[in-house]
Amino acid sequence: MSDVLTIENLLFMLKGAGWGLLLALGAILIGGMIGILCAFGKTSKHALPNLIASIYVELFRGTPMLLQILFFYLGVPVIYQRITGMRMNANPYLVGLLALSFNSGAYQSELIRAGINGVDHGQWEACETLGINKVTAMKEIILPQAFKNILPPIVSEFIMLIKDSSLISNIGALELLYAAQVLGKQYYDYLSPLLVAGLMYLIITIFTSWLAKQMERRLALRD
Amino acid sequence: MIKVEHVSKTFGTLEALQDISLTIHKGDIVSLIGPSGSGKSTLLRCIHGLEKIEKGRILLNGEELNPDKPSFHALRKKMGFVFQHFNLFENKTVLENCMLAQIKVNHVPEEKAKSVAEEYLARVGLLDKKEVYPKKLSGGQKQRVAIARALCMQPEVMLFDEPTSALDPEMIKEVLEVMKDLKTQGMTMVVVTHEMGFAQKVGNRVVFLDEGSIVEENEADAFFTNPKTERAKDFLSKVFYL
Ligand SMILES: Nc1ncnc2c1ncn2[C@@H]1O[C@H](COP(=O)(O)OP(=O)(O)OP(=O)(O)O)[C@@H](O)[C@H]1O
Ligand SMILES: [Mg+2]
Repeated sequence: MSDVLTIENLLFMLKGAGWGLLLALGAILIGGMIGILCAFGKTSKHALPNLIASIYVELFRGTPMLLQILFFYLGVPVIYQRITGMRMNANPYLVGLLALSFNSGAYQSELIRAGINGVDHGQWEACETLGINKVTAMKEIILPQAFKNILPPIVSEFIMLIKDSSLISNIGALELLYAAQVLGKQYYDYLSPLLVAGLMYLIITIFTSWLAKQMERRLALRD
Repeated sequence: MIKVEHVSKTFGTLEALQDISLTIHKGDIVSLIGPSGSGKSTLLRCIHGLEKIEKGRILLNGEELNPDKPSFHALRKKMGFVFQHFNLFENKTVLENCMLAQIKVNHVPEEKAKSVAEEYLARVGLLDKKEVYPKKLSGGQKQRVAIARALCMQPEVMLFDEPTSALDPEMIKEVLEVMKDLKTQGMTMVVVTHEMGFAQKVGNRVVFLDEGSIVEENEADAFFTNPKTERAKDFLSKVFYL
């Protein structure tokens, strides 16, 4: 089709895809932990954790992801310099990971909260009558059961993250879409790299969905 | 061993329990009966501390059960609770259901917890189901596992909230048999039940509640053959067909 599609260039794009996938994986995990903490905060009886969690969730769900990425990359170093007087060189991959994680944490906290609320209240009471404390109950009984219900929306969130990871090209990090654009510019042929990039995204997301289905099937075996 | 002293409990404006006093002795099998909404479950849940009481106090072996006191946790561990809807841990096998609290609460070593769990599962006749998840069990089997799970914590008292009400008729007996077996071991039991046969034959005392108050407290036999109050007579005439 064109000269662009050399092994070398394909590897270059694969590397970009690898970075995007890695960032999305990191973000879904870190975001998951933030999400659990926030869900705890939001179900807490105390006002302060409740307030902090609510503000965090609204902030990150209510502003564009690109703004958050730019804020972490361009805004935070300025604040850092004002406070400490020292320069900070932000690493675009690290910034990307942080921004994606915080953003995903906000979305996941709502998913996790809904999942926790969806677990039969009797499970909590059974823990209580057996003397099992709240944290252990959450870890051993409630979250594993909630997980089964929230697996499908978490997978959608992960697929969103894979696609959203392309936003870090804006701060100069290499990822799949960025690689495609670089090659397009170099060879005056945008069509082939874009098609290949699209295909790679599709392969990753379809494989992810398939993997999730297998997981759901295995979890359902307990029923 | 359990003393309920002037306990009241409200839900909003509804007075679910009004000035309840009751003594349960070691080895007693007390049946809590009464119409729907009379406060039977609420009383049982208050005894176990699942509901916070507003007035009065509840004593176990002379010590006050009070969620604000440090002794609360240790005291309530002496009571086992069995729910109408079993509430088995759905993500755990039967064996794990029986081991979890032993390990996490009493810090029993895993091997010991397993042998205790197996011992009680054998007693309720379900050792062969130990590797199964609750969803695969019948209602009667679930309830027997729930009883075994509570027994694994070595309680001194067992509280049952309508343990057979969610069961198909042919499964009621297997659960009542297990409870009858507990009686021969000398277990103290408080049972909210609609099984009048069980209350009369296995139970030794009856507490009849209506609208949040104790209307009659009597020996089981006397309650069924010769109730003291009109309201109990009326209730019995309604629950016994014939
Ligand atoms: N968590 C709650 N919030 C509000 N009202 C409640 C709550 N639990 C119980 N009640 C009310 O308190 C009253 C007593 O309820 P309880 O469940 O103790 O009755 P019961 O005797 O166990 O009835 P049943 O035979 O139907 O189980 C009822 O009017 C019920 O609606
Ligand atoms: Mg009830």
